[in-house]
Amino acid sequence: MSRSVLILGAASGMARAIARSFAAEGHAIRLAARDPERLKDDRDDLVTRYGVEVTLHPFDALDLASHAGFVAGLPDLPEVVVCAVGTMGTQEENAADPEAGAMVMRANFEGPASILGHLANAMEARGSGTIVGISSVAGERGRASNYVYGSAKAGFTAFLSGLRNRLAKKGVHVVTVLPGFVNTAMTEGLDLPARLTAEPEEVGAAVLKAVTSRRNVVYVRPIWRIVMAVIRAIPEPVFKKTSL
Amino acid sequence: MTRLSGWGRTPVAECRVRKARSEADVARAVAEGPMIARGNGRSYGDPAMSPGLTLDMRGMDRFLAFDAETGILVTEAGALLSDVIETFLPRGWFPFVTPGTKFVTIGGAIAADVHGKNHHGDGSFRACVEWVDVMEADGSVTRVTQDDDTGRFGTICGAMGLSGVILRAAIRLRPVESAWIVQETIPVQTVEAAVDAFEARLDVPYSVAWIDCSSGPPTLGRSLVMLGRHARADELPTSKRKAPFKVARPRKLAVPVDFPSFALNRLSVRAFNALYYRMGARNAGETLVDWDRYFYPLDAISGWNRIYGRRGFYQFQCALPLPTAREGLERLLTDISATGLASFLSVLKRFGPDDSPLSFPCEGYTLALDFPAGARSLALLERLDRITLEHGGRFYLAKDARMTGETARAADPRLAAFRDLRQARGWAGHFVSHQSERLGL
Repeated sequence: MSRSVLILGAASGMARAIARSFAAEGHAIRLAARDPERLKDDRDDLVTRYGVEVTLHPFDALDLASHAGFVAGLPDLPEVVVCAVGTMGTQEENAADPEAGAMVMRANFEGPASILGHLANAMEARGSGTIVGISSVAGERGRASNYVYGSAKAGFTAFLSGLRNRLAKKGVHVVTVLPGFVNTAMTEGLDLPARLTAEPEEVGAAVLKAVTSRRNVVYVRPIWRIVMAVIRAIPEPVFKKTSL
Repeated sequence: MTRLSGWGRTPVAECRVRKARSEADVARAVAEGPMIARGNGRSYGDPAMSPGLTLDMRGMDRFLAFDAETGILVTEAGALLSDVIETFLPRGWFPFVTPGTKFVTIGGAIAADVHGKNHHGDGSFRACVEWVDVMEADGSVTRVTQDDDTGRFGTICGAMGLSGVILRAAIRLRPVESAWIVQETIPVQTVEAAVDAFEARLDVPYSVAWIDCSSGPPTLGRSLVMLGRHARADELPTSKRKAPFKVARPRKLAVPVDFPSFALNRLSVRAFNALYYRMGARNAGETLVDWDRYFYPLDAISGWNRIYGRRGFYQFQCALPLPTAREGLERLLTDISATGLASFLSVLKRFGPDDSPLSFPCEGYTLALDFPAGARSLALLERLDRITLEHGGRFYLAKDARMTGETARAADPRLAAFRDLRQARGWAGHFVSHQSERLGL
């Protein structure tokens, strides 16, 4: 059985931390991103620190036609795939320009769902594997401040939930990760509350733990489970007047 | 804007902070104008805070290559020394030079040119630096080697980031046979005797003295002189010999809240110091201790800087040249013990010869102390500054949070030359910290 871990969208700070967590356990790592040239330092880092095999792969989440070929071109079918593909854009831009908004939806939902669909089918045929989707608490309820991104993540969360249901008896496990705020390039310049904001390393540790203990839905910081329960419980007539 | 301070928690300033994740991020920051690179924030005062942009380098923390033949590690500047140890000690390598905390970045260690317990034999951190990649004021990147004949290497080590941004470095690690240190503790009754002990044992690789600054005559400067060397594998008891690099993880203690300011006073500090001395004296002679306890006793208590309360504390560290060291130390300790101000963690150390253009150490003795922030401490520190100047000593910029430019320049004529160089090379407009402004560098 293969022991490799595939990281999709490997150029982000969160993906780097996730890759380190798995490499520290001795897994071979496949890093995939649009421009693999940018991943060379990350590869050298994983090799130097953990002495594992690391390979780089070009991958474009938006180029759906390339996805089947991408999976077929991997050195092996990975044991674990982590999808950290995503982009936030800014809500102003996404609202003002529906085309930009559609791009955010494609990058956060359509692309990830497509590639995970291909991998899920291959894993189902093999009868083993773990699929990890990095979704977002923003998908739990649409808010004026980032509902375009949030709606894409809501779609992705529902996709993961359905995939988990479908594959539950097929030996393939699906994990949904809801990181909450994370201190990365994506949130640079935002004024985030410290208690709710995780470092990328916390996400890396949480993802590894979720995979080894076969969790279904994980919040990186447990406090988010409470925060989101409250946000979901607010009645719509009240919710629509809030600014969260 | 983010509220920032150094490890001493004073001064505090609102700073514009950005994280660098790539060389391109650094280039953008340098092009934008006044900035300073910040590592893990373990310098005590304000050298890693800028009135312009403070660039957090911890996003650049990748190890790029390691040569298991030579022990040379190529790493990005934001990697922590603790990461180096965690990765390479199990393979038989330890940092060539390490300061008293492992939570410093490699870039910070080079910028401050930190020293360790082996300075008397091995020199400061730059001794293990093969080369650095530094971003110049114009955004170009230069690889500067230790034997570079333009003198550029000497303007980086100890320059506190004021001559360019350190991006990457190649550092040489030390081969070791185990994770254990053979420690020998020598209790002595006076600072005079401590100096004698250092001088008699210059052949031992590591040495440091914990010094009781609350003790006045006749036991002025009573100390525990702690010597150490890496244990060979065949010196370990059989229980440890099977896994010579494995040590039990220490239970992590934390200071959960800021101590109220009355918690530290003359009596509690005196009691602590007396107890510490007695415990140490009881363990006189040779013992086997693990690397973490030997090199980084304070790292075991996360957030130990909170024991001084919200107002923070000042560090004082001077280096006195060998000929005047005994007299200077006596004068400093007499004044400190008479004041009775709390200094928990006072450290005395022998420095070896050092001829670098900017670094802090000079052959002689260094004394490091901390005091709770406040008017009485400031007055005492002014007196200690004067005593240091009278004995031809100088000050450690990584510890400084309050010195005047006048004092700094009087103590260290090299700083005036460095200021001129900063103007001539165009560094002055690009690399600016609160400390460089305060000291007029």
